[in-house]
Amino acid sequence: MAGRMITLRLNGQERRVEVEDNETLLYVLRYKLKEMSVKSACWKGECGLCTVLMDGKPVKSCMVLAVEADGSDIVTATGLVKDGELSPIQKAFVEHGALQCGFCTPAFVVAAHHFLQKNPNPTREQVKEFLSGLICRCTGYAQIIDAIMDAAKYYRGEQKASP
Amino acid sequence: MSKQAFKVLGKPVPPPDSYEKVTGTAPYTFDMELPGMLYAKLVTSTEPHARIKSIDYSKALQVPGVRIVATGRDFPVRIGIYVGDRDMLAIEKALWVGHPVAAVVAESIKAAEKAIDLVEVEYDPLPPVFDVEEALKPDAPLLHPDIANYKISPAFKPVPGTNIANQFRMIKGEGEAGFDKADLVIEKTFKMPFLHHAYMETWNTIAHYKVTGDIEIWTSSQSPYAPRYLMAMSLGVPVGKIKMRIPYVGGGFGGKAGVLIEPLVAMLSKKAGYKPVKLVMSRAEQMRSMPVIAGYKAYAKIGFSKDGKIVAYKVRFLFDTGAFADYTVNVARTAGYACTGVYDMPNVYCESLAIYTNKVPTTAIRGFGYPENHWVLERLMDMAARELRMDPVKIRSINLLRPGDPTSTTGYGSPLRADAGDIQGVLKTSAELIEWDKEPEQPKEPWKIRAKGIAMSLKGPSQPPNAVDAAIVKFNEDASVDILVATGNYGQGTVNALRMIVAEAFDLPLDKVHITWMNSTEWMPYTWQTVGSRSTFTVGQALLRAVEDAKRQIFDIASAVLKVPADQLELADGKVYVKGEPWMSIPLTEIVNGYTFPNGQVLGGPIIGRGIHSPGILSYLDPDTGQALPINPETGHSEPGHATVFYTFGSTAVEVELDLLTGDIKVLKATQVYDIGRVINPLTAKGQAIGGLIMGMSRALYEELIFDDSGGVANPNFSFYYVARAKDIPDDIRIKFLETPQADGPFGARGFSENVMIAVIPAIANAIERATGVSITELPMTHERVWRAIKEQRPDLIEKALKAFQEWKNASQG
Repeated sequence: MAGRMITLRLNGQERRVEVEDNETLLYVLRYKLKEMSVKSACWKGECGLCTVLMDGKPVKSCMVLAVEADGSDIVTATGLVKDGELSPIQKAFVEHGALQCGFCTPAFVVAAHHFLQKNPNPTREQVKEFLSGLICRCTGYAQIIDAIMDAAKYYRGEQKASP
Repeated sequence: MSKQAFKVLGKPVPPPDSYEKVTGTAPYTFDMELPGMLYAKLVTSTEPHARIKSIDYSKALQVPGVRIVATGRDFPVRIGIYVGDRDMLAIEKALWVGHPVAAVVAESIKAAEKAIDLVEVEYDPLPPVFDVEEALKPDAPLLHPDIANYKISPAFKPVPGTNIANQFRMIKGEGEAGFDKADLVIEKTFKMPFLHHAYMETWNTIAHYKVTGDIEIWTSSQSPYAPRYLMAMSLGVPVGKIKMRIPYVGGGFGGKAGVLIEPLVAMLSKKAGYKPVKLVMSRAEQMRSMPVIAGYKAYAKIGFSKDGKIVAYKVRFLFDTGAFADYTVNVARTAGYACTGVYDMPNVYCESLAIYTNKVPTTAIRGFGYPENHWVLERLMDMAARELRMDPVKIRSINLLRPGDPTSTTGYGSPLRADAGDIQGVLKTSAELIEWDKEPEQPKEPWKIRAKGIAMSLKGPSQPPNAVDAAIVKFNEDASVDILVATGNYGQGTVNALRMIVAEAFDLPLDKVHITWMNSTEWMPYTWQTVGSRSTFTVGQALLRAVEDAKRQIFDIASAVLKVPADQLELADGKVYVKGEPWMSIPLTEIVNGYTFPNGQVLGGPIIGRGIHSPGILSYLDPDTGQALPINPETGHSEPGHATVFYTFGSTAVEVELDLLTGDIKVLKATQVYDIGRVINPLTAKGQAIGGLIMGMSRALYEELIFDDSGGVANPNFSFYYVARAKDIPDDIRIKFLETPQADGPFGARGFSENVMIAVIPAIANAIERATGVSITELPMTHERVWRAIKEQRPDLIEKALKAFQEWKNASQG
């Protein structure tokens, strides 16, 4: 099978990679671009743990073919770190105990970041509805919701990100 | 209890590994690759029970990149923790649809995936058995005719010539004869389905069998020592040759206890020419081919006096272990010996059987027999309350065990220690938090009903009597401390709690106490296993002894330097002080690598403290009577033997909303109350209480593995095996911890991270029954099952609701 070259920006860096037509973005991110912050627990669009931001929108990377991502901008949880500083949503997750085993956390973090950018004044109901495409088996979600409600103040610009 | 002043304990401290987790930089076995690593995939059985006539893998070997194919003939050994019945690849017989029969090892995952489809297995079908009661019949097909030759732990008793992997009986008082004194007898049958743990990181292991005979393993396991020992035993490899390394772990919930696929991957590595090999389960493989959670059927009978006291209890659990019982024999045994829950019962007869069927095998699970036995008992308590017209809180209160009262004993006859916890306080607090005496406010929609329900729980670690632990604290040059423990860190917050315990005991700031993410048998001292909510309690004690040991060494040096007896020294703020004369001190930094005198001479050397925990008071329970074997006086203990090192008491109360038209149950409010002795870290304690609540709720309402006609798992995915999502959780969750310290717990603490998922399950069903009289005894309470139960037991409610709905519809249209 002849591969084809695609170009994408991964966490701000331009990357070129040869992919096959049937390879998913998840496969290429993890096994070709070595971006291990993208997890997976089902490989078929059910758990949401492979969620990344593609051109600013959350996608399940196992449901996107790598060739579809040609020319796109991809952001993962690692990409939210700026100059070694956690982003406000990441800090909120830490402070609220919004993670346990941590395997689903990168997906929840990028999804929450996108959600708060679009809706910095959410209700708990809206947060719950939005998160329902992702599975966390450890936390029972409540502290994740708390973290997102709390981090919203940064997205509203009420509080500066760095202390 | 007076409030002690703590510097570290009781403060909400995020675990230090949170930073790596939120940035996606924490390495799990799932993320690891080794140079020259090969990939394995499994070929699984399409037959539920069959002799394997032949396996032809010549075509698979033709696939470019494929190195080897292995079958059960290559490694015909059995493994397991309690009943060593598991094979790595089917030995001669396939025992369920999904049983691994061969493994392909290739240079890429894609090549391995292609090759497994080309392995041709010829089967000679045998009659299968899928139901526990069918499996008990004398002419039932036998899954393990050779069980007498398996390695069996002395606490267990399989019955050769049957499908019984373990038989446990417990008799207290007059046993069944106690029913003669009952004014009210209730008999019911209960069921729980097979379940999946649904840890997010599936089982995966990298093994490198080296030409030296050393075996290096990286694995997603709960703890390193048990799998290492079991692997060494089964493969006949010296235990010290195996280096078991555990990086970050994506969840466990009991499903990564004991030994997983480590021995298989190690043998594949050897066969593939001493190359590192990685095997990762897909979700479907995990749910069809690897151990899940046993289902059961239970026949229960309970007798009460007319004033509401329990006079006799009889329960028979038939646990369906699937094709391998391995760890489940102890789940079944535990459900048996702890079947009396939080109640004092004079007469008990319990039988708990672990029974083989041709279905996916089963293993340990968070809660370990307690969600199972509480589903029966806590439902019966509410049924009795209804019959006797007593309040469910009242009937519980008058039957609760009485810690410290030698006449109030658990089912196997042990009284509870006086400092076991405030059991009445737990019940009272639970009722207060849910505002038990206040009727729930009914919803606007008249076809919906809101109701409150309550249940109690008790949980102790189900560990073998000889489960011991060690811990090491060692000082760095800057007088900071490294903690060395083999306690697994898969999200429970235990290792961070242990760090807080050590910081408190040394009076050091938290940032001076270090833990590490990579657990290994090479540098962490022995701990039996990280299971059963045991580690804060047991390893915490070992650590406190290690701290004392280190302090002794520090004081010996300081005593010589300050010329003051060691017993007059104390350690605080990173310095050794003379008591009462704080101006006489030496900084710890000048002691931790030995004290250097002005002339350059050194006294002493690096400070390393060690400590252990030895349970002492535990002994085996006689499998025929359930009674603890007498204690050896040599151990310094004299009381009757115990099954657990502690029990923690808990209660969950809920307010639920039931839609009578759909059978849909929504939990609106939930309260969690536990007497955990000491809250070490309120942030992660709360996290456990919420996480367990939602896991229990999910198990109560949604979760069930469904089997097809050939006994294969029909829903091995998250579309049809639904686990709770964010939208399902109650908005109002109230958590309260009581702190009745247990003298031998570290700063009084008891473990509780499994207890948190037990009582919610019966509490939901109790709420439904209180409000509607509809009695549910089978899980999960899916809307379909609930609707059918209403239709069967209270059709009038559905008619009324339909009418109300029509009126509402007409009114809103008009």
